Amino acid sequence: MTVKTMTAAINEAIDQEMGRDDRVFVAGEDVRVGGPFGTEAGLHAKYGDKRIVNTAISELALTGIGVGAAAVGLRPIIEIMIMDFVSVAMDQIVNQMAKMKYMLGGQARLPIVVTTHAGIDSSSAAQHSGSLEAWFCHVPGLKVVMPSNAYDAKGLLTAAIQDDNPVIYISNKRCMQTSSEVPDESYALPLGVADVKRVGSDVTVVAIGRLVLDALTAAEELAKEGINLEVIDPRTLSPMDTTTIVKSVQKTNRAVVAHEAVRNCGIGAEIAATIADEAFDFLDAPVKRVGAPFTPVPFAPLLEKQYLPGAQDIVAAVRSLYH
Amino acid sequence: MDLTNATMLRMFEQMTRIREFDERAALLMEQARVHGSVHLYCGEEAIAVGVCEALNQDDYITSTHRGHGHLIAKGGDVERMYAELFAKATGYNGGKGGSMHMAALDLGIIGANGIVAAGLPIGLGVAFASQYQENDRVTVCFFGDGATNEGAFHEAMNMASILKAPMVFVCENNGYGEWSKTESQTSVTDIADRAASYSMPGTIVDGMDIAAVHEAAIEAIARARSGGGPSLLECKTYRFYDHVGRDFGVLQRDPQEIARWRARDPIKLWREELIAQGVFDGKTADEITAAIAASMESAIARAEQAPDPTPEALYTDVYSETQV
Ligand SMILES: Cc1ncc(C[n+]2csc(CCOP(=O)(O)OP(=O)(O)O)c2C)c(N)n1
Ligand SMILES: [Mg+2]
Repeated sequence: MTVKTMTAAINEAIDQEMGRDDRVFVAGEDVRVGGPFGTEAGLHAKYGDKRIVNTAISELALTGIGVGAAAVGLRPIIEIMIMDFVSVAMDQIVNQMAKMKYMLGGQARLPIVVTTHAGIDSSSAAQHSGSLEAWFCHVPGLKVVMPSNAYDAKGLLTAAIQDDNPVIYISNKRCMQTSSEVPDESYALPLGVADVKRVGSDVTVVAIGRLVLDALTAAEELAKEGINLEVIDPRTLSPMDTTTIVKSVQKTNRAVVAHEAVRNCGIGAEIAATIADEAFDFLDAPVKRVGAPFTPVPFAPLLEKQYLPGAQDIVAAVRSLYH
Repeated sequence: MDLTNATMLRMFEQMTRIREFDERAALLMEQARVHGSVHLYCGEEAIAVGVCEALNQDDYITSTHRGHGHLIAKGGDVERMYAELFAKATGYNGGKGGSMHMAALDLGIIGANGIVAAGLPIGLGVAFASQYQENDRVTVCFFGDGATNEGAFHEAMNMASILKAPMVFVCENNGYGEWSKTESQTSVTDIADRAASYSMPGTIVDGMDIAAVHEAAIEAIARARSGGGPSLLECKTYRFYDHVGRDFGVLQRDPQEIARWRARDPIKLWREELIAQGVFDGKTADEITAAIAASMESAIARAEQAPDPTPEALYTDVYSETQV
């Protein structure tokens, strides 16, 4: 075990999978120099142009490389450097890779990972700060993974690369420099399995990405008031481990869901609806959602700070359950 | 080409304004007084100024992530631009956009853009509107060499050609897209060659020579305005600094390559030309530069003191409140 950043953990997962399986390759913009966040650092020196494919600024074609190459037996990792740019590649993701297996009557197998970096990160403004995971959770055929820490990041990415389905793998930018203990050897964490990050008895907080860390901060603060939070990180948003969530709510009888994406039609709405469906009789209060306001991300640091959901919003949402 | 002394002087001043603006923007970013990514236009000034000096006030431009130069060249006010960088309420976008999204619709500046090549389809729409409204305005789309590898470039070029849209596509080929060399990314050596696929003229021009850029722009703009359709102007230029800021530390570029292009600094070349033509002498040129530098300092001082956006500003402008 070594303490590693999430960026380093991602790098290690890619490296180890590329080392294990020569069908795995990375294509993306500026991946030769390690990618914009360093997730491919050192990999070009090790694997060369053939397997670290530095592409033109052509997200549609780049994603198409993933779809086509996967259809005939390779295992592509396609990097879209900033999540907002997926919009340029959307047809290949939504109409092609997600549906191909089904439309073709099961003939195709598409082991693709689309990696991307999401969220707010020091005034990157409205076209570089998006958290768009809900878009992909709405599309059957895609799996969606969003780790909150280095350990999960490595294990989930390894599993995503080994999975025979298209996986959208989203790293929250503000998580990427956080560190935790990460085994040096390769390991896979199963997709579709949530993790209870903190065991508690009073309120279930289902949090995603960076908001998992914020939920743990909120839990410390609320513990002083005698409110004991259970924090659940779904880790995989599609398919989602609703069993773990529902079981927790049956125990705590209260729930808050939290993410950085805008609240409206966010994945939190799906989680809240699932809780209402499957644990209605156990609820002592309405399920509260924490998320960003329904506006594009502002540039001004002051407004960005105001916009960004965090620990205090979770604290407020939890307190509101007791009134 | 005959340019009046006044025009030549204004071109010098405008290029200097852009340079002095961006050199200071770089420092402000390094000092963390300005947040977000700042993409510097230094080295490419002759393109924005050479082209915009050939435009009418009511013509339109679309810009890029590297857009400060385009804004200034089209008449942008540097204090409002600095205010936007400082995220102030008095900035062009009220502090809600920042460097990559600066726009001034009343000046025909449809906006910088954070999405590579997104300005081209938008520019096509603006040019379409000029046809529709039967005004004789021309739209110029500025974009980088990297942008020409996006589908948006090709779709916009094709449709502009079909529609004979009154526009000029101005490619700023600076040899790089982020940290990748253009030649490793792009199937043609000369972006201008891509025009042939869309049955429009493609012209290569020395992007460090403002007179050459200006002359080519005049021709392309006249063609667009007279119903002759769009054209592609490729300006060969160089990014003096890194992709973002002055030195991001990702890519070591060949120092000799930098020196070679620095020797052809468009402002230096133009200054020499104007001295040779007797438009001014070196002392006057220095005084002009110093005066512009001083005006930047005072613009920065005023902009930095301007009020912040109010908390309510977060929620406004998502939708229009008006209706027909
Ligand atoms: C759709 C999209 N893909 C990638 C990026 C990231 N990006 C920003 S600028 C840039 C390079 C653009 O190169 P070029 O068009 O040559 O313009 P230059 O920066 O050289 O002026 C890239 C890849 C982006 N902003 N938008
Ligand atoms: Mg370029």
